[in-house]
Amino acid sequence: MNVTLKYFASIREAIGQGSESVHTQATTLDALRDELIARGGAYAEALARGRAVRTAVNQDLCDGAMALSDGCEVAFFPPVTGG
Amino acid sequence: MTFSVSIQTQDFDVSQELAALRAGDARVGAVCSFLGTVRERNDGSSVASMELEHYPGMTEKSIAAMMDEAKKRFDIYAARVIHRVGLLHPEDQIVFVAVTSAHRGESFKACEFLMDYLKTQAPFWKKEVTPEGARWVDARVSDDQALARWGIQAANTFAA
Repeated sequence: MNVTLKYFASIREAIGQGSESVHTQATTLDALRDELIARGGAYAEALARGRAVRTAVNQDLCDGAMALSDGCEVAFFPPVTGG
Repeated sequence: MTFSVSIQTQDFDVSQELAALRAGDARVGAVCSFLGTVRERNDGSSVASMELEHYPGMTEKSIAAMMDEAKKRFDIYAARVIHRVGLLHPEDQIVFVAVTSAHRGESFKACEFLMDYLKTQAPFWKKEVTPEGARWVDARVSDDQALARWGIQAANTFAA
């Protein structure tokens, strides 16, 4: 399926872009994250298991078990620091 | 609008916002508000400026959901949240939360609830410029703990 990816803050800086479109076989957010980690380099480091990474699908916070749907928007970002 | 959120670069006038929030509602007996401002020091360094990034679309949506939750938990009439983004400097206003109710207990609690919720769930990120260089601000465990007092798992400062 086609997914729009969004990255923010230090993750955006590490990866070098704030947004990209991917075609993926992954059906869950965890599987998609593993696919991105498998790219190696900045992706592997920024999204590594054990790092504090928060996720949202279609602009709702969710965990790794969240199912993906064609055309959805997936975001990866560090712990938030607003307010 | 009785419950509204604005994400904006421009500054705001607290007095005007408070007046607008309670205008025409004579049921109101209590107005509680919080104002967050940029400090000159953070985590051991002096701060020359701060850049606030956010997730357009999700920011407004998440804060609107927080206000829905506040409405369910507390007997309040109206609420307003303003959060600035972009480049800010020490003493600048960052965030404003205001709530109206008949009596003070409900709006005091709702105001604190909204701030605790926003601190750990609203998608903003701060990058500050210090003499040692620019750095991303770290999320605080104490903010997760603050939200836990309301019975909500923040899950903000964690590794996954």
